[in-house]
Amino acid sequence: MRKYTPKENVQAKAKYTDRFWVAPQVPRNPVEEDEYFAGVLAAVKEAVEVLDAYIEIGQLVIHIRPEQNIEALRTLKEECGYAMCSELSAVDYLAQDGEFEIFYQLLNLKEAKRVRVLTRIKEDQGIESIVPLYAMANFAEREMYDMFGIYVNNHPYLKRILMPDDWEGHPLRKTYPLEGDEFASWYEVDKIFGKEYRDIIGPENRDPARVDRYDTQRFSRIGHEVPFGADPKSVDTTETPIEYSSEILSDYNKGPHKVLDKRK
Amino acid sequence: MQQQPNKLRPFFENLEFERDDNRMVINFGPQHPSAHGQLRLILELDGEQVVKAHPDIGYLHRGIEKMAENMIYNEFLPTTDRMDYIASTSNNYAFALAVERLIGLEVPRRAQVIRTMLLELNRIISHLFFLATHALDVGAMSIFLYAFREREFAMDLMEDYCGARLTHSAVRIGGVPLDLPEGWLSDLTAFIDKLPEQIKLYEDLLTENRIWRMRLEDVGIVTPEQALDWGCTGIMLRGSGIEYDIRKEEPYELYDELDFDIPVSDRCDSYGRYRLYMEEMKQSVRILRQLIGMYPKTDSQLMAHAPQYISAPKEEIMTQNYALMQHFVLVTQGMRPPKGTVYAPTESPKGELGFWIRSEGEPYAYRLKARAPSFFHTGILQEILPGTYIADVVTIIGSTNIVFGEVDR
Repeated sequence: MRKYTPKENVQAKAKYTDRFWVAPQVPRNPVEEDEYFAGVLAAVKEAVEVLDAYIEIGQLVIHIRPEQNIEALRTLKEECGYAMCSELSAVDYLAQDGEFEIFYQLLNLKEAKRVRVLTRIKEDQGIESIVPLYAMANFAEREMYDMFGIYVNNHPYLKRILMPDDWEGHPLRKTYPLEGDEFASWYEVDKIFGKEYRDIIGPENRDPARVDRYDTQRFSRIGHEVPFGADPKSVDTTETPIEYSSEILSDYNKGPHKVLDKRK
Repeated sequence: MQQQPNKLRPFFENLEFERDDNRMVINFGPQHPSAHGQLRLILELDGEQVVKAHPDIGYLHRGIEKMAENMIYNEFLPTTDRMDYIASTSNNYAFALAVERLIGLEVPRRAQVIRTMLLELNRIISHLFFLATHALDVGAMSIFLYAFREREFAMDLMEDYCGARLTHSAVRIGGVPLDLPEGWLSDLTAFIDKLPEQIKLYEDLLTENRIWRMRLEDVGIVTPEQALDWGCTGIMLRGSGIEYDIRKEEPYELYDELDFDIPVSDRCDSYGRYRLYMEEMKQSVRILRQLIGMYPKTDSQLMAHAPQYISAPKEEIMTQNYALMQHFVLVTQGMRPPKGTVYAPTESPKGELGFWIRSEGEPYAYRLKARAPSFFHTGILQEILPGTYIADVVTIIGSTNIVFGEVDR
């Protein structure tokens, strides 16, 4: 029987996992333990509904509803002093829950404290752009759209950023094949020559060390000269054997060189 | 095989080349020597003035974040070299730090000293590279040669330590693989004794140079509000008068024990940033001097002891069966950090470099986001370029110190 391979997550998997293995959890401390973060959380709670909050490895984590991301971030920026958004992106949980998790990593420069705001959206659900609050989201949200296909509403210029504009699929989704799909592997051929040239050009070879021994038109190791495009076997090779010139390959260690052991 | 000319029509992204107004659209890059890699800037010009700038990136996209999801943690570490290839150790270190924070690992003191040394040496290498290329872009050819000569000696030191000049992978998760070789510290001392003289040479050539000042002063203004808004970090932020250095504010490794200053400039222009780069090199020399004194006081342990995550030392693997078994499992299957999320920011020579890792308790990271400073410094180009002149575009790109391995990942 053919081996079953799940389609919703084609990423590398652990080769062996013990039956009784239970992954430990990074400790999540209650927010009340930290006086400063408790104040931040109270301010956020006044503005929006907080689903969950805890401190993980020294940073406050707040779970909110996706519709309220603007209000939550505005509160953090204007009331709590989180003037900079360091990073935002998403995590693909489509296979497990049919959802994306979006994170905003914020920084308060005065207190040197960091807060992470997490929210979950459905696959076909958009999220409001935070460009009015943090202009860095202009590039970061474009990258999120490019990599995950998450639509960002009211973004000033929502376009692919890393992949070509006419690309199909979103590479960081767990369903995206590791070596690219059919579109990816034929992208250049289709674009430059047309689909009908797929058979003539042949599939892409990804071996960087590959040399076609009998290709007389590109770089290859034939060892003797042949007319352009001619079959290398048709030429008598007995007169031009492969040999290396001893003049080119000389022993550099013999020469009267001086090696400096200290810089000047 | 014939190419079909009609299929080769280039894709100009709906740019109009024939327009009624006086404006011209030009492509700056992706093969421009001053684009510091593969930056394509689409500039709309009114005479010599830039009206609109649109940075187009992705020419060096290799999917490093996707690769991270399909490699065990130790396997991914050499890949991080390929992000900011001017200062590889800072990438290796940022990744190692994130994983160490995730599994809660204490690194032995000697490894900390060596790591901090490598980080600061990399900062000098990166800043010298910045100075060389920036000066070359602006037109000062000899600085390029002088700075590269000095950088070569720093690279020799890196080579003596780890064997590589560019892609070091000299930091491991849990410590460093090797102790400093014989005589390395005296070589380093000789280097940092010489470096301040060289920095003085560069400063004598540039700082009061009339052409240099005319080209850099009041060019590439980034106001403090813009810097915060666009996520600028590192010298881009400190050049706008905001004092924030992660080494001081959120110290990692030995930075809380070291005595150094954070230079800040409120000029907000390229000249101020140039001065900061020079000053930071001097501070790095200061840090390295203190670290040389710290090194002899440490004991010889180099890797953290955490059998669940880190392989035992080679002697134990060779002599003890259980250590060998654990080593085998860690190499073939990889370590399994606990479930959770970590974001560990570090101050790389370019700015805030951090790895955001979501672990689901598997040997592979479930999601890894590399927060690269250059990505956001490219983003701000669309804000600061309009209004400047075409001759200053090169200065501004050089002054942001972007490196494209990091922008495109």
